[in-house]
Amino acid sequence: MSAHVNMQTATPDKSIPLSQPTTRATDIRARGEPFTWALGGALALGCAMIIGFLVMVFWNGLVTFVPKPVIAVTTTDNQVTAGEPTRTELYKPQSADLAALSPQIQKSISDSDGFASRTMFRVGNYDLYNEDFRWVSEFQVTKTEAPKDILFAEREEWGPLIATLKNITVDGQTIETADIHDPRFAAAHQTSRDRRKRIREIEKDDIGKINFQLDELRIDVRKAELRSGRDSTDHAVAQTTLKEKTPQLEAQYKALAEEAGKLRELNSRNSAMFVDITGREKSVALDLIVRVYKPNDMSFFESVGVYFSRWWEFVSSEPREANTEGGILPAIFGTAAMTLMMVIAVAPFGVITALYLREYAKQGKLVAFVRISVNNLAGVPSIVYGVFGLGFFAYVLGGSIDQLFYPERLPNPTFGTGGLLWASLTLALLTVPVVIVATEEALSAVPRSMREGSLACGASKWQTIKYIVLPRALPGIMTGVILAMARGAGEVAPLMLVGVVKLAPELPVDGFFPFVHLERSFMHLGFHIFDVGFQSRNSEAGKPMVFVTTMLLIGLIFAMNVTAITVRNRLKRKFKGSQF
Amino acid sequence: MNMDVQNLTFDDTIYHIKKGGEGAVMEINDLNLWYGTAQALYKVTMPIEKGMVTALIGPSGCGKSTLLRCINRMNDLVDGLKINGEMKLAGENIYARGADVIALRKRMGMVFQKPNPFPMSIFENVIYPLRVDGVTDKTILEETVERALRGSALWNEVKDRLQESALGMSGGQQQRLCIARAIAGDPEVLLMDEPCSALDPIATAKIEDLINELAGQYTIAIVTHNMQQAARVSDNTAFMYLGRLIEYGDTETMFQNPKSPRTQDYVTGRFG
Ligand SMILES: Nc1ncnc2c1ncn2[C@@H]1O[C@H](COP(=O)(O)OP(=O)(O)O)[C@@H](O)[C@H]1O
Ligand SMILES: [Mg+2]
Repeated sequence: MSAHVNMQTATPDKSIPLSQPTTRATDIRARGEPFTWALGGALALGCAMIIGFLVMVFWNGLVTFVPKPVIAVTTTDNQVTAGEPTRTELYKPQSADLAALSPQIQKSISDSDGFASRTMFRVGNYDLYNEDFRWVSEFQVTKTEAPKDILFAEREEWGPLIATLKNITVDGQTIETADIHDPRFAAAHQTSRDRRKRIREIEKDDIGKINFQLDELRIDVRKAELRSGRDSTDHAVAQTTLKEKTPQLEAQYKALAEEAGKLRELNSRNSAMFVDITGREKSVALDLIVRVYKPNDMSFFESVGVYFSRWWEFVSSEPREANTEGGILPAIFGTAAMTLMMVIAVAPFGVITALYLREYAKQGKLVAFVRISVNNLAGVPSIVYGVFGLGFFAYVLGGSIDQLFYPERLPNPTFGTGGLLWASLTLALLTVPVVIVATEEALSAVPRSMREGSLACGASKWQTIKYIVLPRALPGIMTGVILAMARGAGEVAPLMLVGVVKLAPELPVDGFFPFVHLERSFMHLGFHIFDVGFQSRNSEAGKPMVFVTTMLLIGLIFAMNVTAITVRNRLKRKFKGSQF
Repeated sequence: MNMDVQNLTFDDTIYHIKKGGEGAVMEINDLNLWYGTAQALYKVTMPIEKGMVTALIGPSGCGKSTLLRCINRMNDLVDGLKINGEMKLAGENIYARGADVIALRKRMGMVFQKPNPFPMSIFENVIYPLRVDGVTDKTILEETVERALRGSALWNEVKDRLQESALGMSGGQQQRLCIARAIAGDPEVLLMDEPCSALDPIATAKIEDLINELAGQYTIAIVTHNMQQAARVSDNTAFMYLGRLIEYGDTETMFQNPKSPRTQDYVTGRFG
């Protein structure tokens, strides 16, 4: 009111029309639009980068297993190199090397600013060459061809073999054949592979079972000793049992070992003689050949077959060749098992904590302090959790469990070292703030009218929480759990301290009592990426595996999240249409 | 209007209520209530006659809801609440030390301003008071659902979709469902806090009819903003103003010939 009066006194001359613009055009800084554009642009850029990254990972991951052609190049020094061309790049040849070249080539290189192009070939045959990859400069190449009869053989040892077949030996008899489609070759190969599989079964399952029983007997003896002393009847009985059963088990062991030895002997009589591109011969036992194909002479269906058989091997078997080849089943299994166990641990713990904080605790300074602390926990570097997990869970908790329940196995730790259980709990601790915060929010979002309606019906506080508040907050709680899961499944650093290993020969679930072994160390896709790509002898060979494994990790987390989100949305639909 | 509250003086409450013949089911004596340091009710003394409909009217913020929510101790949820005075349900002081709040609430039903059906099926909504009581006998539950839904004039509309979610119903149906839920436990007193304020006129008329029907069976205390509604549905009307009970008497007199000038001003629409 008063402002209006002032204005009138300030402009006594009423002849000035009010509509005349009296202010300057709006300053650009006062407008919001440029910022909106800038922020929108930044968002778009961020999205584009993420999508680009995903496309790159998936593209590389998907093409890794496509069988590539093998090219044989002859260079000026009359050397022949055969291999899969993996990538081509520009480089600056050293001046000393340049001087030795013909003037024409020198000119063409200097024309392109001193750059020349070179290609990396995956030549395989590590046992012959001591290298897997070789660079070939383009200007050195005199002849390029794709020999039709060249073979690409994946082996259990020494990486791929790139060569032609000379003959095969079956049961010590040499058969002259250069064709891998020869039924005699196929049959002999199949027999060798089957025998190899059987040997593995014997060694892993059958002999494993005997060792397990022997171990149990020995542990029984130690148990009896710890329980009743050295001179007790208990101890004597256990010792007698051990003595009685040992010969029997050892006889079984011997029989199995003999069977395996026989199979090995048979397998050593099946081999194939290969000749590499330079004429060097190499004999390879047939059972060591995982698969062999003609990269330059195969039908579309054969390529597809090789592609899928590689994928199947990848997701269904164990790694070999320092993790750069073979499968990653243990890592998939380990990641999934650990994430699930983490969720099983984190969900109830986080929800109960949040319920107490929000519904029962007296809202005061203490609760506010607890709440701030919980929020800050989310910011603690994850490696710190790893240290804590190792120190508290493995050494203190696990150590005590060993003392109490497994004294007969000491000094070998059972729970007193990193393992699946401790890793899951460590991650649960790491992600529990996420669940607490989300649950608290979901609880406080439950309308007061709902609670009052329930209480007015004569429901107790707990009944109200159980029947009304929790179901209604469930979608929000699920969101928290999903976030926790996503965070936990991708975490690697703390796991390296509490149970993840480079190679875990035994899965945490197997046929030996008690079937689920939560104390075992395990493999993890995240750690596998780190290990295969950056820690192995042959990181060039591991590179494609990085992409495939990354793709699989992303896929696994994606699948778990989609499942959880589907469940949550189904719940949400239940509450749709409520008007509070 | 609040500017000189301090200087206002209040006479004692004027009473001329219609007696129901069965006595008062609820007796409120000298009730004072504070939210923290702010006093919201001053020396309210008010008997609620058994089997009759009692309306609470008064301008916004005068303490109608507060008083109603004292009856089933819903105000216990508020931090810093202080109460003195006496409140008796069938002769028992409900604010006595050690009184069982949950048992007390089971003897009452409450209907809120906005319909608040639970996100469950219609069936589950109605039997909620029995569920929390631990009743599992199927025949009892089914009988209760039918009786309560008939009582709230909803039976014919929903009898074929009892298992559907209650959230799919219209606002008026939801409110009648809430009434069904409130009477499912056969309460001694039915409390209603502006049950029609969130509804359209047609739904409002249905609820009013329903209140008239329920009037014979239950003791009802209803807060309303709408004076015509109070006149239509109630036997006795209490007029509250700034936390005081100004006049409490039979509805006809209250609206046609009020004894207090403040009631007169309010019912003739001079303020509020
Ligand atoms: N939970 C509460 N905390 C503090 N003050 C409240 C609370 N509820 C109501 N009040 C106050 O008490 C007074 C009476 O409120 P209320 O009973 O809701 O009035 P009415 O229902 O008559 O409109 C108002 O001044 C209101 O601000
Ligand atoms: Mg109110």
